[in-house]
Amino acid sequence: MACSFPEEVLEHVFSFLTSQKDRNAVSVVCKSWYEMERWCRKRIFVGNCYSVNPRIMIRRFPEVKSVELKGKPHFADFNLVPEGWGGFVYPWIVEIARGYPWLEEIRLKRMVVTDECLEMISKSFKNFKVLVLSSCEGFSTDGLAAIVANCRNLRVLDLRECEVEELSGHWLSHFPDSFTSLESLNMACLLSEVSFSALERLVARSPNLKTLRLNRTVPLEKLSTLLQRAPQLVDFGTGAYSAEIRPDVYSSLADAFSGCKNLKSLSGFWDVTPAYLPAICSVCSLLTSLNLSYATTQSPDLTKIVGQCYNLQRLVVLDYIEDTGLNTISISCKDLRELVVFPSDPFVADADVLLTEQGLVSVSQGCPKLQSVLYFCRQMSNSALISISKNRPNLTCFRLCIIEPRAPDYVTLEPLDVGFGSVVENCKQLTRLSMSGLLTDRVFEYIGTHAKNLDMLSIAFAGDSDLGLHHVLSGCDSLRKLEIRDCPFGDKALLANASKLERMRSLWMSSCFVSFGACKLLGQKMPGLNVEVIDERENISSIPECTPVEKVYIYRTVSGQRFDIPDYVRIMGKDKDGVYDLS
Amino acid sequence: MDQKRSTLNLFDNIDLATELRLGLPGTDDQPEIKISISGNKRSSSEIGSSTCKDEEESSFSPPAKEQVVGWPPVRSYRKNILQVKKTELETGSGMYVKVSMDGAPYLRKLDLKMYKSYEELMKGLQEMFKCIIGLYSEREGYNGSQHALTYEDKDGDWMLVGDVPWEMFISSCKRLRIMKSCEARGLGDFL
Repeated sequence: MACSFPEEVLEHVFSFLTSQKDRNAVSVVCKSWYEMERWCRKRIFVGNCYSVNPRIMIRRFPEVKSVELKGKPHFADFNLVPEGWGGFVYPWIVEIARGYPWLEEIRLKRMVVTDECLEMISKSFKNFKVLVLSSCEGFSTDGLAAIVANCRNLRVLDLRECEVEELSGHWLSHFPDSFTSLESLNMACLLSEVSFSALERLVARSPNLKTLRLNRTVPLEKLSTLLQRAPQLVDFGTGAYSAEIRPDVYSSLADAFSGCKNLKSLSGFWDVTPAYLPAICSVCSLLTSLNLSYATTQSPDLTKIVGQCYNLQRLVVLDYIEDTGLNTISISCKDLRELVVFPSDPFVADADVLLTEQGLVSVSQGCPKLQSVLYFCRQMSNSALISISKNRPNLTCFRLCIIEPRAPDYVTLEPLDVGFGSVVENCKQLTRLSMSGLLTDRVFEYIGTHAKNLDMLSIAFAGDSDLGLHHVLSGCDSLRKLEIRDCPFGDKALLANASKLERMRSLWMSSCFVSFGACKLLGQKMPGLNVEVIDERENISSIPECTPVEKVYIYRTVSGQRFDIPDYVRIMGKDKDGVYDLS
Repeated sequence: MDQKRSTLNLFDNIDLATELRLGLPGTDDQPEIKISISGNKRSSSEIGSSTCKDEEESSFSPPAKEQVVGWPPVRSYRKNILQVKKTELETGSGMYVKVSMDGAPYLRKLDLKMYKSYEELMKGLQEMFKCIIGLYSEREGYNGSQHALTYEDKDGDWMLVGDVPWEMFISSCKRLRIMKSCEARGLGDFL
């Protein structure tokens, strides 16, 4: 089929394709479309930095302006991935600096970023605009200073939940006086104090500033100064929200908030003094997103505020909200799309807070647009889960964490198989599911049968046998990410479904029954997969092949071997370095 | 739908097109892997005892009152925020911390302000739990005792008791755990 459209027309048509999935589809239609598409792709997303190497990427897509990479597996967030495992971004930065001198945006998640990387970024890209680091580590405030001092066209500096070595707060003062292009600054995860006057001057000379998330050290008394300088803010995060109760401080804060007519999102609120919460009331009706997950204050204080946010779409809150608060939300916040409830005291068995499954049931009943849930609680029942699924068949993301592992239905003492089964059966658009509580192989049968759109599944302390894993791997057609911990799944299901693993991004299994021998076999037979055994025990080479590994991380890759593995990681079954010799 | 299909039946029906099987060539049996697991971490002494022909039922006993790594799945920066808040509430009226002992079904609470030194704390704990705890030293290890004392500090890290001066210890100790000394880290060579 000769291409009957002139190239310029095709290029124009392709420019409307923004999703990587669509672009990937287009590129396999024919050779000329492949060529056309690769020259005009501007954004690249690599979900696993070890699945491809940067040279391949640069060779194929020469005109990229934005790169997004993810490194460590998700369970690294919960300390299941040992220190030094990988996710080093340095080799990528070296190649990208050479291949994409006009790069504008870098977004990294769960990667190790050093000060050297940040310096390289700050000096290599003349038109650099956007740096987003989520859950990254390995850098210090010196690296931030380099970015801030050298990136003349910086628009976005967004540090989300990073672990930063805090050498000083001086980095902020490195923004040049002539620098006025800032649109978004998120420093919420930093612990050290910055110069307030430098911050104030920065805000004052940034007319395009839309997002400003302060860190805990910025005192409440200073907030009104900043808000007055930036009434155009759309997204604001306070610092520590506590002070002596003084009417003058309260009223200037309330006035400052009421001047922000475009405010849609609020966060911060560490160490909340409840008396100051109503200062935000004038903007409550404007808010679509509210994060009170650091507000350690009681239900009535929280409810009074949230109940006024009748345009709220996203709420993140602690279990201090209690069932009564959630009930109010189910009545007042009819536009709610996403609910996150974190536990205030996750390591005690008994709750001091009156938050049960009932709160979630109320919200599912009252909020017709609810799509995404992350809920920590201490009791659950099958009937509650069934109600939730029948109330909200439009759920796309359902993550439930019952604090006690293997907790049964607290009413009937049965497993929660039927409840979660109902969720996957009724919520046909479910793409993400995390389960907890007492679960047998039966729940996995339901999942394999019904969860055809499921993209990501997280399992802990569940199942009875390999049958459970087999149901999931053989039944979930859309599954791309599977993470499992402390389940009695072993070799059989894994080996019987080996080809499925090449159609997924990754599989994580820790504290299960997968043996060294099976990992080796899988690695040998499947060249398109890296089978990483992560095991910190000594004398690994002398234990029998049938011994279960501590952790195994399996992912598809075209980049072949990793060359940056620590000594406790072995890439199984490959002929080069890293082969596990059992002889 | 017949719920009672055995594991073996289902796997008979699978097309092992990939021909991936464990076991020596010529055998059809896959060795049953039955390992008895207790708790999350396996010490090296347990590895040697598990064999391919082990007939023991695989049992997954949930760790009794032990802190399981990474559970519940809450990010560490979130844990710390709330710890700070609780300390602020607790100061002033005694310094009660929770004490758990591996294997014991219930936790106890103990007021650190009642003691002036590590020796006094050890005595108090030994009376409470009817056990012998050894204070760790580089030279003598755990003094030949079965138990070791660890604590969780302000940052959420688990530390060995005895390294820092007493005053520093009580200001940063959030809870205590009496472990079996064979499971305590850094012990390897000293048993």
